[in-house]
Amino acid sequence: MSLSVQNVYTIAKREMGGYFSSPVAYVFIVIFLLLAGFFTFKVSGFFAANEASLNSFFVWHCWLYLFLVPAVGMRLWSEERRLGTIELLLTMPVTGWQAILGKFLASWIFLGLALALTFPMIVTVNYLGNPDNGVILCSYVGSFLMAGAYLAVSCLTSAITRSQVVSFILSLVVCLFLVLVGWPPLNEMLSQWLSPAMVSAVSSISVMTHFAQFQRGIIDSSDIIFFLGLIFFCLFTTNVVIRSHRAG
Amino acid sequence: MIKIENLVKFFGPKKAVDNISFTVSKGEVLGFLGPNGAGKSTTMRMITGFIPPDSGNIQVGEFDMLNDPIRAKQLLGYLPENAPLYADMSVYGFLSFAAELRGLRGAARKKAVQEAIETCFLEPVAHQTVDTLSKGYKHRACFAQSIIHDPDYLILDEPTDGLDPNQKHEVRSLIRNMGRRKAIIFSTHILEEVLEVCTRAIIIDRGHIVANGSPNELKAMHPNFGSVRLNVYGVAEGDVRGKLNTLSQVERVEVIKSNSEHVKVRVYPKDKKDENFPTLVADLVTKSGWKFDELSMDKGRLDEVFRGITLPDTVKKSSKEGPIVTVNV
Repeated sequence: MSLSVQNVYTIAKREMGGYFSSPVAYVFIVIFLLLAGFFTFKVSGFFAANEASLNSFFVWHCWLYLFLVPAVGMRLWSEERRLGTIELLLTMPVTGWQAILGKFLASWIFLGLALALTFPMIVTVNYLGNPDNGVILCSYVGSFLMAGAYLAVSCLTSAITRSQVVSFILSLVVCLFLVLVGWPPLNEMLSQWLSPAMVSAVSSISVMTHFAQFQRGIIDSSDIIFFLGLIFFCLFTTNVVIRSHRAG
Repeated sequence: MIKIENLVKFFGPKKAVDNISFTVSKGEVLGFLGPNGAGKSTTMRMITGFIPPDSGNIQVGEFDMLNDPIRAKQLLGYLPENAPLYADMSVYGFLSFAAELRGLRGAARKKAVQEAIETCFLEPVAHQTVDTLSKGYKHRACFAQSIIHDPDYLILDEPTDGLDPNQKHEVRSLIRNMGRRKAIIFSTHILEEVLEVCTRAIIIDRGHIVANGSPNELKAMHPNFGSVRLNVYGVAEGDVRGKLNTLSQVERVEVIKSNSEHVKVRVYPKDKKDENFPTLVADLVTKSGWKFDELSMDKGRLDEVFRGITLPDTVKKSSKEGPIVTVNV
C-alpha cells in the first residue's frame, strides 16, 4: 500500500472506531431501521400495494437521509476544530486531502453498513413474490450514492463551523434544497412560471431526480457522474474552507 | 537544524508575528518566552506547518516547510497548546493512531507506543478513555504523541502548563535529557523553567524578538547585574562613599538607606562582568575595619529583565523611569 492510501486508511479506521466506541452508531442504525420500516410498511402500505418491489421502501430514502445523514456528518470537522485536534492531525505528515477523504470514507462506509442492514426487506419481498432483483440492487447503489452526496454536504458544513448544531442545520437546509428542486409538487408549481426546459434544468440539480433513475433500474453514467461530482465538489470546497481557516 | 527567516503573519490588520528570524541546532533547548498574545503560539504553528506564514522561510532539517511540508513534518514532533486529544479514544489507541500516521507499522509501532507510554509515565491509564483522564495525564498523553517517532526536532507549546509541581519536574528533566540529541523549541510563562532547562532563550513581545541569548546573558541585562550590596555599621555615609570611590574599578556608589546606625549602599562596577569585584570591595571593607552584615553580588533577575523589556505600552508611558532594561537587538 502506498503511503497516502495508508494514511487515508489510518484516519478512516480511527473515525470508524469513534462511531462504535460510543452509543451513537447503534442508536443511529436502530433509528434508521425503525424509520425505514415504519415508512415502508405503515405509511406507504407495502402490503396493500401488493407489488413485488421495494419502491415503497426506496421512495423514502431522500427524506430519511435528510435528517439522518447530517447527524452522522455534523461532527466530522466541527468536532476536530472544537477539540483542537485538527492542529494535531494537520501537523502530522498527512495532506489535507488524505484527512478529508479518510474521514469521509469512514462515514460513508458506516452509512453503507446501515443501509446493508435493511437486507431483511430484500428477503421479505423475495419470499412474498418475484421482484426484479436487478432493480433492487440498482436502487441500493443509487441510495448509497445519494447518502454519499448528502454526507459530502455535511462534511462541508461541518468544516464551516465549530458548532455541531449549526453544522447540522446548515447541512439539512442545503440537502432539503437539493431534494425540493426535484420534488414533483414543487416542479408543477414552477412550471406555471417557467418554461418546461427551465423546470427540467432546475430539477436536474436535484438528488431526487437522479435517484429516481436508479429506482427505475437504470444506471446512467450521467446520474453516477452527478452524485460523484457533487461529492467531489463538496470535498474540494471542504479542503478550501479548512485551508482558509488555517490561513487566518 | 530549524531555521526561520523573516517570518511575518497578519491576522486581519494586526501583525501577529513581525519579521522573526532565528535558528535552533541539535543539542539546543530554546526557551520561547513572551507575554500572552506576543505571537509565541502563532510562530510555533507556522513552524509546524499548521498555519502558513504571510512571508518568510521555514526550514526543518534539509526540508522546506512551505514547499515540502510532508517531509518536513516527518522530522517534527509537536505538542500543541492545551494538548488536544480525541476524547473517545483510549490512550493506547490514540498513541497507536499517532504512530501509524508517523509511518510506524506492526512490531515497530507497538514498540514505539510502549516506549512512549513508559517515558511519559502513562502505564496506569494506558487503556483508559482520554476523557476520563486528569489534566496532567491528558497533557502527558499528548506529549507522548509528539515523541512517539523519536523526532529530531520537537516543538512544545507550554509543555508544563497545568501540571502539578512533581509532574513539572518530570517533564522538565525529560526535555533536558532529550535536548542533548534533539533540537527543541518550547514556550513557557515560567521563568525558572528557562533557567533550569534552556540552553538559550528568546523573548518575544508583540511579534518582535526583543532578546535572544543564554539565560545567563539575559540575566546580565539587568541594570543591577554585577553590582555589590553592602550594609555597614557605625560609619558615616560620606566616609563610605569616599573610600569606595577610591577603588578604580568602581563606577558609582548609590546609597540605598542611611541613618546614624548603618549605611546601605549599592556599588556599581565599571565592568559588569568583573567576577573579582565583590572580593575587591570585601578587601576594602576589612582593611577599613568596618563592621558589616551584608556584602553580596547581584546576579540579575530574569523576571525583572522580562518585565522590563515586555512592559505593556500603558505602563511604559506612565512610568517616569521608563523600562528597567533597554536592549538593542
